[in-house]
Amino acid sequence: MATQHSRSAARIMMAPAVFVLLVWMLVPLSMTLWFSVRSYLPLRGGDQGFVGLENFGRFLSSSAFWPSIFTTLMIVGGVLLISIVFGILLAILLDQPMWGQGIVRILVIAPFFVMPTVTALVWKNMFMDPVNGIFAHLWRFFGADPVVWLSSAPIFSVILIVAWQWLPFATLILLTAIQSLDSEQLEAAEMDGASPLARFSFITLPHLSRAITIVILIQTIFVLAVFAEIFVTTGGAFGTRTLTYLIYQRVLESQNVGLGSAGGVYAIILANILAIFLMRIVGKNLDN
Amino acid sequence: MARSVSTQRKALNTALAWGIGFMIFFPILWTVLTSFKTEAQAIANPPIFINFDWTLENYGIVMERSNYGRFLTNSVIIAAGSTILGILIAVPAAWSMAFVPSRRTKDILLWMLSTKMLPAVGVLYPIYLLCIQLGVLDNRFALVVILMLINLPIIVWMLYTYFREIPGEILEAARMDGASLKAEILYVLTPMAIPGIASTLLLNFILAWNEAFWTLNLTSVDAAPLTAFIASYSSPEGLFFAKLSAASTMAIAPILILGWFSQKQLVRGLTFGAVK
Repeated sequence: MATQHSRSAARIMMAPAVFVLLVWMLVPLSMTLWFSVRSYLPLRGGDQGFVGLENFGRFLSSSAFWPSIFTTLMIVGGVLLISIVFGILLAILLDQPMWGQGIVRILVIAPFFVMPTVTALVWKNMFMDPVNGIFAHLWRFFGADPVVWLSSAPIFSVILIVAWQWLPFATLILLTAIQSLDSEQLEAAEMDGASPLARFSFITLPHLSRAITIVILIQTIFVLAVFAEIFVTTGGAFGTRTLTYLIYQRVLESQNVGLGSAGGVYAIILANILAIFLMRIVGKNLDN
Repeated sequence: MARSVSTQRKALNTALAWGIGFMIFFPILWTVLTSFKTEAQAIANPPIFINFDWTLENYGIVMERSNYGRFLTNSVIIAAGSTILGILIAVPAAWSMAFVPSRRTKDILLWMLSTKMLPAVGVLYPIYLLCIQLGVLDNRFALVVILMLINLPIIVWMLYTYFREIPGEILEAARMDGASLKAEILYVLTPMAIPGIASTLLLNFILAWNEAFWTLNLTSVDAAPLTAFIASYSSPEGLFFAKLSAASTMAIAPILILGWFSQKQLVRGLTFGAVK
């Protein structure tokens, strides 16, 4: 139905968006690639020439690399585990008939809208502070010694903080998916004598599988990039240095741009592997 | 058909859901309550919930000490500016992809999505360097442009999913009646697209307001928004819980209210239309 005229008009309308995104992607990306093969120390001699793949090797063999991968995996895995398991339970609960469902939904979704720096500082001080935090009060009330959360259980603490931010997101998406489930199917299964557990594992869970996959992929991409929550709580100390934070430190704190850029290339590759899976799902959805 | 449930069961659900909802919301509630306490009451053990001497003192101190107004202005300019600029660029693009799709439309959409997946830290130094060389480090306009670029894929996608729901028959009917392309856009499509555009605007304003990688790394004084204002409280200084709470409450209150209106759009926007 589209005419030649409307086709060229369409191309012109699309051009600005495509152009700015192309520039936004290509310029910094090629600069990062360029820096990654050079010895570049802005404060100590500047650009000292081409070094081949040396930065890539040094980034991998530095003592901070594997711990940062471990921390990253722990944080991503922990946040996913908490938000998916509790997200499913909460979504099922919120789908049940109750009074004031709208208000509960608002309460549950609220943490997602809190600025990351606020989230991190409120948890760090008002909850996890070993002297005056709520947890310290609670521990003392039960006669236990308060825990110094951010230094004795640092990764767990960061997971808790980030999970609090992302649980609402998972819940909301899973709830949306559950609400699209045909309730007659569940009723039929109930009449045929299927137990609640069987109904959950053979009807609800398969129905949710796509939503769960999407939550996993989107959260992984965002949690891999977590920055502010570490920046204002531990500043990367106590083993909370993720890959993202390690690259940030190499680039801006120790101003070793070549090495940091090599790390950046690794991060980009990692994110792209995940992105391919996400885009397959999203792409399939475009066809129908 | 709604299943009939006993009142007892409904009461149980209600109690459980409210209990959990309250627990999840508690840190926010606690922050707001603490902001009205004195510093001594803020750390009292056992904690005081309601019956403390309500005071506005902390808000006064925070505003006086840190020039809250400037941070707020920066946040509003950066969030609103990047959202509006993004909408202006995205509306024509999403429009043409929804109504004049070609073979490549799907590829372009997915490619746009892939730029959103680019980890910010991977391009931190290039952007930092470009800002220095263009003389726009710690500049509000630079942040408007950068946050626009970060959120542009989401804006295009959201608008695209909304536009696609507008039935094409209406366009055909308008064309049959002799409407020009301009008239078609102005009088037929725009009124139908307004709700979608409004939701997109709202969600992206929230995302830009809370963005805390570029705003922390590319600002120091002049362009620093509320994310940076709060980060300045990361080194503790004596008793500061009540002041931290007051500052936090001021930073999140406007967005919490907007957020509650946008929870439905959140799902569509952040799953790129894959879950509706």
